[in-house]
Amino acid sequence: MSKITSLADLKRIKEEVQSKIKLRENSDNPEQLVQIKVGMATCGIASGAKEILKYFVEELEQQAVDAIVTQTGCMGYCYAEPTVEVILPNSEPVVFGFVNKHKAEEIIDTYIKKGKLIDGIIPITFKTIDE
Amino acid sequence: MSLIMKTLSDHILDIIQNSIRAGATLIEIMVEENKMNDICILQISDNGCGMDKKTMEQATDPFFTTRKTRRVGLGLPLLKQNAERANGKFIITSEVNKGTTVKAVFQYSNVDRPELGDIWNTIYFTMLGNENLELKYEHRTNKGSFKFSSAEIKSNIEGVSMQQAEIRTAIIDFIKSNIKNIQ
Repeated sequence: MSKITSLADLKRIKEEVQSKIKLRENSDNPEQLVQIKVGMATCGIASGAKEILKYFVEELEQQAVDAIVTQTGCMGYCYAEPTVEVILPNSEPVVFGFVNKHKAEEIIDTYIKKGKLIDGIIPITFKTIDE
Repeated sequence: MSLIMKTLSDHILDIIQNSIRAGATLIEIMVEENKMNDICILQISDNGCGMDKKTMEQATDPFFTTRKTRRVGLGLPLLKQNAERANGKFIITSEVNKGTTVKAVFQYSNVDRPELGDIWNTIYFTMLGNENLELKYEHRTNKGSFKFSSAEIKSNIEGVSMQQAEIRTAIIDFIKSNIKNIQ
């Protein structure tokens, strides 16, 4: 693949992609998408959360799972970083702690794809930080 | 995994979260690698809610934080410590309702200067996670400068999701190759 060095190159790639892909059916109702939030405060970053975020983005794309991957602040579980909050459509949010690449793989394969709960959930009475 | 901010890129990702929590809609990042003057500068400015004088004085105290989920705030103290350890300095200026500027200066040749790291990933993920944020990035070296804004990127990929694999690779490649080009 040729190097992308200018905004014009970026636009060219976009036009190539646009002609190839079908518009995602779910992109207009986010509640039908899997939402993943990676804790990205000082504690998360220091524990390697960026690599985990990168892994989720790349892996979900690869496996064609419709998901929104975003960052969130500190939820107060600094001891358990990196933490990842997963919201499956029509489900309560679940927070996983000590997420490394191996755990991330398990979250995708078992929880996101099959809906089965796995170990590593932080047991809490959950409230998002915005509330 | 060690509990250290290893790279400038980690610091950027971290400090940006402060700006976002301060309600910033514009964040400007400037990185300067000046080998001739033996200096490396990281400057992050935002248009968030800013801080009064008292709060600003407390900002680099590890036992001060405005968040309620935990009682320590290490982001700014760690950057200050890393700058001072690399024979540099740390400056923070802020004005209520105007915004905050954080500047960290490092001695370029100092062994304790953090590596640059994967700034391209930091910027991509920040754009991906904060749709309404306008992000401006500038990189300066002795060979020249490179700058772009998230608005420019978005207008060139309009109609396709930033998360699309080809677009993700292209954006990261765009930032990376332009930085490498002037290093």
